[in-house]
Amino acid sequence: MSSQVLPPPPPARATVPRTFAAMMAREARVMRKNFLSTFLRVLVQPVMFVFVFAYVLPKLGGGAMAGGPGGPTFSTILLPGLVGSSIIMQAMMAVIFPLMMELNWQKSITDRALAPVPVPLLAVQKIIAAALQGLIGGLLVFPAVLFIHADGQAPSVHVGNWPVLIVVMVAGSLLSAAGGLLLGTLLNPQKVQMLFALVLLPMTMLGCVYYPWSALADIRWLQILSLVNPLVYVSEGLRTALTPGIDHMPVWAFLLAIVGGTVVLSWAATRTFTKRVLT
Amino acid sequence: MSAPPESAVSTTDLKKTYPAAGPRPAVHAVRGIDLDVPKGEFFGLLGPNGAGKSTTIGMLTTLVVPTGGSARVCGLDVVRQPVEIKRRIGVVSQNNTLDSDLTAGENLEFRGRFFGLGARDARRRADELMELFGLTEQRGGNPFEISGGQAKRFMICRALMHGPEVLFLDEPTAGLDPQTRTNLWEVLRGLQESGQTIVLTTHYMEEAEALCEKVAVVDHGKILASGTVDELKGAAGADTVITVTYDAPPPREIKALADRDGISKVEIHDGQVRVFAAEAEGILGELVAVGAAAGVGVTDATQLRPSLETVFLTITGRDYRE
Repeated sequence: MSSQVLPPPPPARATVPRTFAAMMAREARVMRKNFLSTFLRVLVQPVMFVFVFAYVLPKLGGGAMAGGPGGPTFSTILLPGLVGSSIIMQAMMAVIFPLMMELNWQKSITDRALAPVPVPLLAVQKIIAAALQGLIGGLLVFPAVLFIHADGQAPSVHVGNWPVLIVVMVAGSLLSAAGGLLLGTLLNPQKVQMLFALVLLPMTMLGCVYYPWSALADIRWLQILSLVNPLVYVSEGLRTALTPGIDHMPVWAFLLAIVGGTVVLSWAATRTFTKRVLT
Repeated sequence: MSAPPESAVSTTDLKKTYPAAGPRPAVHAVRGIDLDVPKGEFFGLLGPNGAGKSTTIGMLTTLVVPTGGSARVCGLDVVRQPVEIKRRIGVVSQNNTLDSDLTAGENLEFRGRFFGLGARDARRRADELMELFGLTEQRGGNPFEISGGQAKRFMICRALMHGPEVLFLDEPTAGLDPQTRTNLWEVLRGLQESGQTIVLTTHYMEEAEALCEKVAVVDHGKILASGTVDELKGAAGADTVITVTYDAPPPREIKALADRDGISKVEIHDGQVRVFAAEAEGILGELVAVGAAAGVGVTDATQLRPSLETVFLTITGRDYRE
């Protein structure tokens, strides 16, 4: 090295949009590299679920789990719910795991923060990148639920409302990613284990994945309590768009919750993130 | 006559206090630091761990927000123009902060793209630097499976991708074996010869002596002395420091040594005597002999030739590694 002269760098044009685009290109490279493992991780849970509930159980008990004779098949109920829970899980994990590494192990966040963009934009970039992974996670679930079922147990799905479908998928992904960023910046690594047991599992089980929200009318307290769970709104939104035949929450209600929640959580997460990075 | 050199880094009364949190009282990490590093200089912040060096570097690289004073890097204000500053600096942190989702080579490539290089230019620049730093073979490696020295060199390459005006290095050789450290010193000297402005922090005296044109000695968040290594030695008396520990209170006669020519100071703490001398020859033997004559034994004796270590000792009255 000492005998050679450091060559001058090629001309650079570092503008904030170019830097942002390069950061997204980095995400795309990493996603492409990990695609197979991500694909498998995303699919195992929904595939197992539809396999047991839409194939094994109907074969065993003549549709014990279905909505009753003449009613919708269980896979019709499941499809929107499983897509919604996949979006939420994937988007949250896509932001929380890397963040835990960056904030704690090796403190590599100090290096990421040296990219020539304002620090709050770094938070926005993390939210968008994770939302993208949530969206992909959600899309991957469709074919699994559409094709795995016993005879006569096919889900009855048609897109009744494209705009609602798109808004719910996209805003639902952003909402989950922003929530993940907020939790990731507030929690220390020891508490992340708890997060899965105490937050994500109950959220999925009680997120109107396995039944529509209106069916909870018989358990009124649970119906009201469920309203704190963001997954409920995503599941119900997808139900509205994909399986309009099933009772669902009013459109204004879930749109307000998802879009409003996205704005509030993104704002809060950007603040907590900036506080963690700039000391 | 040439114009006065422009400042790469200048600070005025720069301060950082971390507020009290719970049972922990407020921490005054940096208590008013004035720096002026001209372009092209190799500047070192030298001090023991916890002296405030990393906090200072943090403020200069815009990630730590000052609580007092001001700092400019490349003429830009660290609080008001952080993005512009980030475009003009390269930073090598103490930890391995390479991106573990990418290969070592991809780390360089994407860094170039973050700083505005096109994809092809970034790849070409990465190839060039890896070639120059002898890293081409490790380019496909996981950044955490290559050796510590290689990872550090990749981090230096990464910081150089966009041709920064100022390169900051925080404890670049901490945790590296002596051989790797010497190699890295060669790399840094090469960079300096290329005209690179470098600001380095270190707690290794010999590192500051080996590399830096100018050094600021920092402790407890303040600069104790600054200048070239020779200036520092001159200002501190350029003394050899002889320290002798006795197994009983030292004999009285030792105090009289202070009046002798060539001896600038004699300090006695409990059983320990410290003599600061320009002419050190024979003093150690004399201290042992005086002790023996009074029936006092010597349990430990050291003689430090003039170095930054004796400078630190002279300024603070404390051992460097206390």
